[in-house]
Amino acid sequence: MNEKILGIIEAYGRSPYRLVDILLSLQKEFRCVSDEAVNIVASELGLSEVDVRQTKSFYHFFTTEPVGKYAVYLNNSAVSEMMGMADVVDEFEKLCGISFGQKTADGLISLDHTACIGMNDQEPAALINSVVFTGLNRQKVREIVAAMREGKPVESMVTEYGDGNNAHPLVLSMVKNNIRKAGPVCLGEYETGKALARSLTMGSKAVIDEVKSANLRGRGGAGFPAGLKWQFCAHEAGDRYVFCNADEGEPGTFKDRVLLTERAQMMYEGMAIAGWAIGAKEGILYLRYEYLYLKAFLENVLEEMRNQNLLGKNILGKGFDFDIRIQLGAGAYVCGEESALIESSEGKRGEPRNRPPFPVQKGYKNNPTIVNNVETFCSAVKIIENGAAWYKKMGTEDSSGTKLLSISGDCKMPGVYEVEWGMTIHEMLRMVGAENVQAVQVSGPSGVCVPPTQFNRQIALEDLPSGGSMIVVGKQRDLIKDIVLNFMAFFEDESCGSCITCRSFNMILRRQVQKVVEGRAIKPDLDNMKDWGEIMAKTSRCGLGQTSSNPISTTLANFRELYEARVKDEDFQSDFDMEKAIAESCEAVNRPPIVHE
Amino acid sequence: MSKPIVATASLAGCFGCHMSLLDIDERILKLIELVDFHKSPINDIKTFTKQCDIGIIEGGCCNTENVEVLREFRKNCKILISLGECAIMGGLPAMRNGIPVRECLEEAYCDGITVGENTERIMPNDEELPIILDKVYPLHEIVKIDYYLPGCAPRADLIWEAVVALVTGNELNIPYELVKFD
Ligand SMILES: Cc1cc2nc3c(=O)[nH]c(=O)nc-3n(C[C@H](O)[C@H](O)[C@H](O)COP(=O)(O)O)c2cc1C
Ligand code: SF4
Ligand code: SF4
Repeated sequence: MNEKILGIIEAYGRSPYRLVDILLSLQKEFRCVSDEAVNIVASELGLSEVDVRQTKSFYHFFTTEPVGKYAVYLNNSAVSEMMGMADVVDEFEKLCGISFGQKTADGLISLDHTACIGMNDQEPAALINSVVFTGLNRQKVREIVAAMREGKPVESMVTEYGDGNNAHPLVLSMVKNNIRKAGPVCLGEYETGKALARSLTMGSKAVIDEVKSANLRGRGGAGFPAGLKWQFCAHEAGDRYVFCNADEGEPGTFKDRVLLTERAQMMYEGMAIAGWAIGAKEGILYLRYEYLYLKAFLENVLEEMRNQNLLGKNILGKGFDFDIRIQLGAGAYVCGEESALIESSEGKRGEPRNRPPFPVQKGYKNNPTIVNNVETFCSAVKIIENGAAWYKKMGTEDSSGTKLLSISGDCKMPGVYEVEWGMTIHEMLRMVGAENVQAVQVSGPSGVCVPPTQFNRQIALEDLPSGGSMIVVGKQRDLIKDIVLNFMAFFEDESCGSCITCRSFNMILRRQVQKVVEGRAIKPDLDNMKDWGEIMAKTSRCGLGQTSSNPISTTLANFRELYEARVKDEDFQSDFDMEKAIAESCEAVNRPPIVHE
Repeated sequence: MSKPIVATASLAGCFGCHMSLLDIDERILKLIELVDFHKSPINDIKTFTKQCDIGIIEGGCCNTENVEVLREFRKNCKILISLGECAIMGGLPAMRNGIPVRECLEEAYCDGITVGENTERIMPNDEELPIILDKVYPLHEIVKIDYYLPGCAPRADLIWEAVVALVTGNELNIPYELVKFD
């Protein structure tokens, strides 16, 4: 075992910066990262034991005890539940004779849950030894468990492949693209290398100016102007870095998955253009662990592009050197936050940094760094190719261009749609074939729960901003239980724990919602929830804690009657139970548990 | 018009909050112009004989007597204030929360290094004694609390400003420094 561990450490150049990769390799090799392994890694890398342990304990996919030979991670996000997760859970548990969170006695199968794996258009979905299984139902679970009992390789359980590059020999996945509407920017016609060649003749400043005048705003959710970010970074001294954020962790988004599958060249080309614009030599694609099934394919695309001289040394003979490596995550939503993503890429816990300094000033290894979303880079390619004026003709005044929407939930045609900014929710619902809609969750759990009275609002940064997640909630759903409670449990799990309010209030608020759902809450609880949410938003360091009360605050604002129908009209209640409270001490001192009132 | 009546009590606290109340110094003369005191350690009135307007309580509930007193206060006071960390969160006494009561008692009466000889491992269990609760409870988990004054102890100025605002009906204007603790 020791030799294997040493080999893995060696493979990553004994660099503490690659700790996450090292732990991933260990987890894969031994199905766990044992305390013993932690000690060896620590001493070999010259780190303290707790340094390694704290990184290990941060990520969902590292375990101390070995996972099963077949490690099932079933998505338990809201849409998975809506699409029949309970049956899948029941069937797995029945057939395996264990509950979720457990492993069979023979060590063959372990069952666990995980947050959204980017397959909301084909739920319920699960990862089994990192292989994606979609559209699960009882029958499929029976087949899978039978195959596991026969000891078949997981890959062989995938019999039908998805469309497009999902059927590529390096992917061979059952995932479907579900591209329902291709627009002219990201999913339209594309010829690799054209925009990069153009950039290299334009000069770096002109590239930034073009992106600025196109008013390209970040597609990861926050909508920060990309050109401005690049300009800030270009002005800082140091070895600059380009990061592409493919963490896609916001429950309900899966559009980056489709871009990674069908537009990998375009994304890399966009990174190279950005690298040219800011004067960087190195790019890093931060790929969420859940998309591991795309890694070999994405590596191969890099190799092809190097062969075409679109990456590597002296690109297109213009003396520009730029190359890209892939950094895997290990299961943590907060790592999508740009400074956490950088921390994680440095081999540490994915805890967001304080700012300033911003990543453009001090990012990766304290060097100037830009972080942009996959779609932002793809959009930049088209802007350079067709010009800012062409781009600005699409969309609205403040939000130019198109946006990829990942639409899921109660609709006939879930999937990816490339639409111009400015589409109303009404139009969107018609487009996806949704009827009897109770609400639309715009931009995922951290976004807004929009009621029918507001369906004339526009999807645009100036009205309803969206990173892409759109979840349609039908009238038949219990909004508070199926949506709000699920989202709060998600945030409770995913808070990195640095800020005291985010760490504790998400838990407290989740319990509070639970009280409402179980009919135990009273009226003042509703005001408390609102107030506590505001406190958390004000006192949290990063976007997670700043937005994680949104499921509650936006439904309290827009669907208050649902809450009021479930709370008791009392102004105080106490769970204090005198009998229970004295039992222990009376027993300890041997006295009758009687209180004289 | 008669003056508002104030009652106070110290439950599982250290009396520090009451000391802080006394730290209002000469304003105590103004205070007795503004309010009358009823049941309180300050005047040693031990039982409620009339309805009060404001009850101020320091300390959380660690035993049955605390709970009784607290409930009595709730019955007899229109407004109830949690004064200080212990009342609001359990405070220092709540450090035992999470440790089994038996362990705490054994440490206190049998095994602790300051315990004299107790070979029979006797622990107090006379019926007259209040019974220790499984953990220390903040007041608002047992009765409804109307206001909270934070601090350990809350600054005298904070107590003063709050009580004056309450009895005069004026807006409470507290400078940030009064509730900033780090
Ligand atoms: C908790 C949290 C999670 C995030 N997850 C992602 C993500 O998965 N993908 C992404 O592109 N941006 C994500 N972001 C936003 C990033 O911090 C950052 O704004 C973005 O990557 C910048 O790229 P853009 O300007 O191109 O959108 C997240 C932010 C927060 C606070
Ligand atoms: S807000 Fe939450 S996730 Fe963000 S840094 Fe603070 S504790 Fe971590
Ligand atoms: S809050 Fe502080 S001063 Fe007040 S009772 Fe508790 S320990 Fe004593």
